[in-house]
Amino acid sequence: MASETDFLLALESVTVSFDGFKAVNDLTLYVNKNEIRVIIGPNGAGKTTVLDLICGRTKVSDGSIRFNNKELTDLREHEIVRLGIGRKFQNPSIYEDLTVFENLEISFPRGRTVFGALTFRRTPEVKQRIQEVADMVFLSSHLHRQAETLSHGQKQWLEIGMLLIQDPELLMLDEPVAGMSVAERAQTAELLNRITQNRAVLVIEHDMKFVESIADKVTVLHQGKVLAEGSMAAVQDDARVKEVYLGH
Amino acid sequence: MPAVVSSFRRDLVPYVLVIALLAVIFPLFLDNFRLNLVGKYLSFSFVALGLVLCWGYCGVLSLGQGLFFGLGGYCMAMFLKLEASSPEATKIQSTPGIPDFMDWNQITALPMGWEPFHSLAFTVGAIILVPAVFSLVVGAAMFKRRVGGVYFAIITQALAAVATILIIGQQGFTGGVNGITDLRTLHGWDIRPDASKVVLYFVGVGLLIGCIALSQAVLRSKLGRILVAIRDKEERVRFSGYDVANFKIFVFCFAAVLSSIGGAMFTLQVGFMSPSIIGIVPSIEMVIFCALGGRLSLFGAVLGALVVNAAKTAFSEAFPQLWLFAMGGLFIAVVLFFPRGLAGLLAEHVIPRLRQLREKRTAPAIATKEVTE
Repeated sequence: MASETDFLLALESVTVSFDGFKAVNDLTLYVNKNEIRVIIGPNGAGKTTVLDLICGRTKVSDGSIRFNNKELTDLREHEIVRLGIGRKFQNPSIYEDLTVFENLEISFPRGRTVFGALTFRRTPEVKQRIQEVADMVFLSSHLHRQAETLSHGQKQWLEIGMLLIQDPELLMLDEPVAGMSVAERAQTAELLNRITQNRAVLVIEHDMKFVESIADKVTVLHQGKVLAEGSMAAVQDDARVKEVYLGH
Repeated sequence: MPAVVSSFRRDLVPYVLVIALLAVIFPLFLDNFRLNLVGKYLSFSFVALGLVLCWGYCGVLSLGQGLFFGLGGYCMAMFLKLEASSPEATKIQSTPGIPDFMDWNQITALPMGWEPFHSLAFTVGAIILVPAVFSLVVGAAMFKRRVGGVYFAIITQALAAVATILIIGQQGFTGGVNGITDLRTLHGWDIRPDASKVVLYFVGVGLLIGCIALSQAVLRSKLGRILVAIRDKEERVRFSGYDVANFKIFVFCFAAVLSSIGGAMFTLQVGFMSPSIIGIVPSIEMVIFCALGGRLSLFGAVLGALVVNAAKTAFSEAFPQLWLFAMGGLFIAVVLFFPRGLAGLLAEHVIPRLRQLREKRTAPAIATKEVTE
């Protein structure tokens, strides 16, 4: 049995194999409360798989994942979400047929059972919270637009907004600025810096400039294992990291 | 506030139109025989309503709704049959007091499962609860294991097939391929004369309007938006903290209960229930009613069941062999050209044109008003 930790998130000797191929191999990773951690690594290093494991989308073959000392490996996705873990996918994953308002409303953490959903009311409190979040993600003037018609960058923001309204203790973002314009990237970096107050964030990102602007600590994954961990500068100086990832 | 009033009024328009059509125009202009036919068609509208929620909104296609239609229909038929099989009415049988088909099958005592259907209250409860429990079990077994899409459709179709085979095979208990026939009275009230059929027609219309309103309330709640979200991105819904399976089970049960109510109304109005109404082909026809009417429109679905059934009656009288081909062609045409069905056609073409006409008519009026002021 794994020991008690003070860490918010503790992955210990986590292994997952797909038909014998170990996508994540004996990985140990700790994330502190309110820490911003960026995971980088070459394609196929297992970055997205790590997020999938934490949020229950993929089941671990071996090892333990604990969040506030609660074991996650036996829980189903929605139970993990309710503990306070939010996940943003690589491609914007929003409800295209619904309006921005409705997207945020569904993400509002209340009325999550069948009966709760039937009796859910749009109280002033709900509306106000949706307005607040929409302001934060630059979508307050688009509340009643169908989400399908948003630009790619706006869809990414909407998904971030959908996570924010859940007020998760741990926010996981898979390439949040991929496919964004330069201006949108800057805006997103600023947004992330603002929303990461009072919560831990786990980010996967390739854009090094962006990583530098937000990361407390960087973990480099390679072939399902941690290759290096530390500040951005330290990691960039690491010879092995240069060899497998940063190149030149 | 005026915006709320006008949207409320807009909501009422389809109700008023449907009530006018079903409760005023049809009874005034159709003879009793035709009115009874419409009543029969409307019993399928209940199924189509359920499919709007289950398939149209949530994306869960069930090809076995006939099964639930049959559950309600058979519950009602069992009650009516028992009432028609009083010892006096069946004294020529070797065992008086049991349904005639049981006597023909050398059954000498009423089977246990039939016993409670002496009670009307139990029967009404069973019409709601039997399909609800059955669909709950089937739904839980499949959706909790994340069986969905085509696999789910095939399994529901198989269930409808199993039901017909079981009914035909157990003819001593079920009336077999003939079904349960020769139904006479409901709590002493003869359901066969024209006057009773008119009453039953209005009861059916009333229930249908009630079910439309109930379905609309479900779709208007947050649950309705969650159904759309599940159809759109099931995974995201999970990561918004919802147990998706529970919502699918709910909507599947809801559709099953609606179908069952339709089945019970069918039995009452047509006077019999048989396996030919609940098998694979009828179940697929039910999906066509919904598709043709518009799978995202409750009122469209009601319309679809009416139109397709009326066409079926007219067509199959004239060209009995061609009907199935016509129906298949119709289904393909709708899916290809009008994915939102008749309701979509109305919403996209007819209503905007009407609105244009009205604006043209009101515009000069406003202009003259301004001049006089």
